[in-house]
Amino acid sequence: MDANTHHRTRLPIRAKLATTVGDAAASVSRLAGKGDGSVIGGRIGLRLEPDLLSLLAAGRRVVLVTGTNGKTTTTRLITAALAPLGGQIASNIYGANMDAGAVSALSRTPDARIAVLETDEKYIPSMVKATKPRVVTLLNLSRDQMDRAAEIWLLARRWREALTAAPDCRVVANADDPLVAWSAGGSRQVTWVAAGQAWREDSWCCPNCGAHLDRDGDDWSCHECGLRRPPVSWMLYEDQVIDPSGRSTPLDLALPGRANRANAVVALAVAEAFGVRLEPALAEVRRVTSVAGRYTSVSRRGVDIRLLLAKNPAGWLEALDVLAPPPAPVLLAVNAQGPDGRDTSWLWDVDFRRLRGRTVLVGGERKLDLAVRLEADEVQFRLVNDIDEAVDAVKSGSAGLEVLANYTAFQQYRTALGRVQ
Amino acid sequence: MRPLRLVWIYPDLLSTYGDRGNVLVLERRARLRGIPVEVVEVNSDQRVPRDGDVYLMGGGEDLPQTLATRRLLADGGLHEAAERGAVVFAVCAGYQMMGVEFGGADDTPVQGLGLLDIRSGRGEQRAVGEIVADVDPGLNVGRLTGFENHQGVTRLGPGVRPLARTTIGTGNGDGTEGSYAGRVLGTYLHGPALVRNPNLADLLLFWAVGPLPPFPAPAEELANRLRAERLAAVQ
Repeated sequence: MDANTHHRTRLPIRAKLATTVGDAAASVSRLAGKGDGSVIGGRIGLRLEPDLLSLLAAGRRVVLVTGTNGKTTTTRLITAALAPLGGQIASNIYGANMDAGAVSALSRTPDARIAVLETDEKYIPSMVKATKPRVVTLLNLSRDQMDRAAEIWLLARRWREALTAAPDCRVVANADDPLVAWSAGGSRQVTWVAAGQAWREDSWCCPNCGAHLDRDGDDWSCHECGLRRPPVSWMLYEDQVIDPSGRSTPLDLALPGRANRANAVVALAVAEAFGVRLEPALAEVRRVTSVAGRYTSVSRRGVDIRLLLAKNPAGWLEALDVLAPPPAPVLLAVNAQGPDGRDTSWLWDVDFRRLRGRTVLVGGERKLDLAVRLEADEVQFRLVNDIDEAVDAVKSGSAGLEVLANYTAFQQYRTALGRVQ
Repeated sequence: MRPLRLVWIYPDLLSTYGDRGNVLVLERRARLRGIPVEVVEVNSDQRVPRDGDVYLMGGGEDLPQTLATRRLLADGGLHEAAERGAVVFAVCAGYQMMGVEFGGADDTPVQGLGLLDIRSGRGEQRAVGEIVADVDPGLNVGRLTGFENHQGVTRLGPGVRPLARTTIGTGNGDGTEGSYAGRVLGTYLHGPALVRNPNLADLLLFWAVGPLPPFPAPAEELANRLRAERLAAVQ
């Protein structure tokens, strides 16, 4: 009996069959070149045995990671931070973050005693119930794909209900985000992290009573109902992490940008909950250089191209901050297929004025929407039809090309550049 | 000459669907016509200025919609301005709020602002997707293109005219989209509405200042291309 079958023999027959059929389907899917197979395999498994997720999660320590932005990266960082514990860690690293993806991740690594699962915001209640997690990580909550997303305040309410009903679960939550703080407010065990909040447009008003919040820097409070920012034990301070002992350590990450520093601090707080000390956890976190193709650099006909992914106003706000400074040219690309959100109105919630005076190229299926948006912010730009046209446009310069794209546009460029790892 | 004052109402509650773009393009179209213009943003804990020329309200979620309505009723400024003849432009949740009543978070009727003779409630299905509608010929706006995203349906009373007749999409739910009375106009269109439909933006400006100085054609070339692309995409 090999290592892979050991755990599976403890599952009931139907579940075993579901896992095997699911895994076979996943392998076929991968070989046929259709993504990494995680969702298809899991879906088949769940159809055969609906409680499969609970069964697969039983006996493992599960971490769920959710939020509007940063789920995939933070899942990766937590997995790294827990590496010092030794042993395999199950994870849905390719971002298949609904129940089928979780099933695939768990059945792929049956011997992993720890699982770190990226979880779509809408699936938190069902995943908490099914996997009985040890830790749930709440990163942030803001508008995203409003044509298919549940309302933000409603999501917060569902999170709060699910977490309050899970007393054995520790919540690691961003205290600087009022919606997140309120969602975690009913939980018995909370680790509060000051991870910062750059995008505030969805949290001007109190999630508890609706009054306009008083905000002063990172501090926030409601003068009507008294809801306020809780005291924190972990903090991101510029490029340092401050841990519960009050000690400050430079993060020195390979990943760029403020948002990733915040994600790293959250990962370190989760590691502490598992008994991993800061130094070994941080050493592993520093080694993460790219996540699912993001932040990677590819060379195309002599031009160094760096790929950044952002999907909603909060994400674009952070990404615009990460861009290399001028004279590096920038290619912005936006699609509006189903997974992107079919309504491009959200572009008008992004402030593009800081791109004035730079070389900006505009691509993607919805380039005209983006063009009209940039024109309104008095940013000059050139339309391009594909990545090669963009490369042609900047070839003669010496700086690399920064590419910022939303979901399917990003995937299209990755494919065109040869599936970047 | 005092600048044209655009008032953006309660973006802390009603700006979830990109409708800030309406304020941005209205300002741009006024400015590029040589009309001095300023934008005032009013949060839900501030007094609504009574002396604005065009008031804009965007879409938002259920609970914020109810909260915003209560505060505007208590404040009274929007009503005063509308009575004075100010232009009011409201989108989606904002549009519903203009009515006599609308469905609240659990669909129980909530008292609206009463600025439009309409009543809204929860429809059977969510209306999500591109919408195309032909505007009341009397307004000389032409065809509307936009994106709708709402579960609400709206019944028009005798005190309003429909803004447009839908050819693609749902709108109010009875073959019409939006409605208006005097200088108060509401629509379900995102896109944002005034970005996709420069003629609609110009209608609001015309209501506010009368006959408009010309707009430089190159400055709307991209917007016209976008319009054409969007209309072609759904035909």
